Amino acid sequence: MLGTKRRERIDGLAESGGDTAAGASLAASAWRRLRRSPTFLVGAGIICAFVLLALVSPLLAQHDPALRLLEEQVSRADNSIPPPQPGFPLGGDQYGRPLLSRLLLGSQQTLLVALLATVIGLGGGLTLGILAGAFGGWVDTLVMRVVDVLLSVPSLLLAVSIGALFQQQSQFTVIIAVATVQIPIFGRLLRGTMLAQRASDHVLAARALGVRQRSIVFRHMLPNALGPVIVQATLMLAVAIIDAAALSFLGLGAADTSTPEWGQMLGSAQNFFDTHPHLAFWPAGCIIVVALGFTLVGESLRDALDPKKRR
Amino acid sequence: MLRYTVRRLGQLLIVTVVLSVLLFGWLRALPGGPVSALLGERATEESRARLVEQLGLEQPLYVQYWKFLRRALAGDFGISTGVQPGTPAMEVFLQRMPATLELSVLALLLAVAVGIPLGYLAARRQGGWLDNLSITWSLIGVAVPVFFLAFLLKYVFAIEFGVLPASGRQEAGLDATHATGFYVLDGLLTREWDAAWNSFVHLLLPAVALSTIPFAVIFRLTRASVLDVVEEDYVRTARSKGLGAMVVRGRHILRNAMLPVVTTIGLQTGALLSGAVLTEQVFNIAGLGQALSLGFQRQDYAVLQVVILATAMVYVLVNLLVDLAYAAIDPRLRTR
Repeated sequence: MLGTKRRERIDGLAESGGDTAAGASLAASAWRRLRRSPTFLVGAGIICAFVLLALVSPLLAQHDPALRLLEEQVSRADNSIPPPQPGFPLGGDQYGRPLLSRLLLGSQQTLLVALLATVIGLGGGLTLGILAGAFGGWVDTLVMRVVDVLLSVPSLLLAVSIGALFQQQSQFTVIIAVATVQIPIFGRLLRGTMLAQRASDHVLAARALGVRQRSIVFRHMLPNALGPVIVQATLMLAVAIIDAAALSFLGLGAADTSTPEWGQMLGSAQNFFDTHPHLAFWPAGCIIVVALGFTLVGESLRDALDPKKRR
Repeated sequence: MLRYTVRRLGQLLIVTVVLSVLLFGWLRALPGGPVSALLGERATEESRARLVEQLGLEQPLYVQYWKFLRRALAGDFGISTGVQPGTPAMEVFLQRMPATLELSVLALLLAVAVGIPLGYLAARRQGGWLDNLSITWSLIGVAVPVFFLAFLLKYVFAIEFGVLPASGRQEAGLDATHATGFYVLDGLLTREWDAAWNSFVHLLLPAVALSTIPFAVIFRLTRASVLDVVEEDYVRTARSKGLGAMVVRGRHILRNAMLPVVTTIGLQTGALLSGAVLTEQVFNIAGLGQALSLGFQRQDYAVLQVVILATAMVYVLVNLLVDLAYAAIDPRLRTR
């Protein structure tokens, strides 16, 4: 599932980012259109709600998520799982831990993992993209061949092999694995938009005026090449959440002893899916809604930044 | 055209060689390794050393790689140490490949057969109920983890209603001939219709799960592409020339709108394999995806090398074919 529509998105975005010369007015017109877009409002609403939830979840969670408060109700023999009861609106998980509190606090970890993975992926991708797009020539060729190789390995395999490199399974491993998948995607995307900038009139003009190379790259090319990258980053937040869950499902996520995380909860619920589907439904539902929120915002951002639709 | 093809084939070769070097070094950098995976933690030093020597792991890396490369060119990828211990890795690959290919091809067919017509219809009635419904569907489809969707389908159709099988490739105990390894094809070739149908039914749920993301991508792109093309001057010209609606739709709109879609279909092959790893796990299908996750768990260098290299090559090759097909559809690209 990881980075499914990688190249298609990259290519589409690289085209749309071609002529973003007038940065400020573009941002203004984009914002005007965003405010009226129901897609954006719904997506942003979902994200705000979940971020807020993550912030206040320590206040809302009534029980320690790691404590096996209902352990006496868990019986190994018939796989019984504590049902909802006073004080525990969703009941307990397979270890008798409070499901609702775990779900609430899980929002923090899940959002944090997605954010950190995307920030690292973005950072790596920006470095590659700037190198390739700003210098061109053999640097470009070298960087792009590395990106080609990374992209030719199916994304989940890449993540799994990165995950396997670390001996202990932790949230950190997941973040690095998910970020590694994103680096070539961001790199290729930024290279495309940077190349378009290199040939654009305002960069040629700056060069003719004798502006220093570093200044051209960072002040004239990069800001104008960033639009599609921001869109991609928003979409990647959704992908990162799903990817992290996929790693947990394959048993490569964080160990179960750590703080709760939705992907990990979903992954460990797989053995109880036939008998107690609610253990999987709650974390899966949260993952789907948050991922949907980021996707909606990303899609509406892309529409708003699309020069073909600009008025 | 010929020069282009040759250059692309050269690039394919370079990517494959670089990938094989990286992969080789990478796997050996992983902690553990096949020796401890095979013998466990409590093995004696002596048996450990013997196995290391047997597998040639005591030699310097570049010597190991050189040997690997020379054998690999002859089709020998070593012996599986974890997935199917004792079996040549190439054989493991060939045994499992049909299952994954069958699943991926059906998933892709589903995605194309639903995605392209739906994308076209949605674009022609932009803003209509069909348009809105399919967009919503594709957005949600992308937000649902593949393995959860697979679980959900299995739960509803196999466990609750029991209308479709829950796992495997064919009903256990079914006496069927397997000539090619593609079970559906086998059934058709040997005229064992029951076997063919049984395998096909087993494929349905995993294929539907696997097809969601390619479907969403293909649908969205077809829709966007048709919307773009409809506004082109040549479509207006064609209309004003008095060409029939069918000709305009087929030759002018759909043909041109298909260009980016064809590219995407090629690029989806990588995504399909990633999805297959998860889907095969849920439906317990002994395919390449399962071999990969097992291979990582059990540190099976040989199987991992052959499977990852082969899939990367398929991916690059498919995209080469797509680019060539692109040139065939769009005459403007031929001159380059």
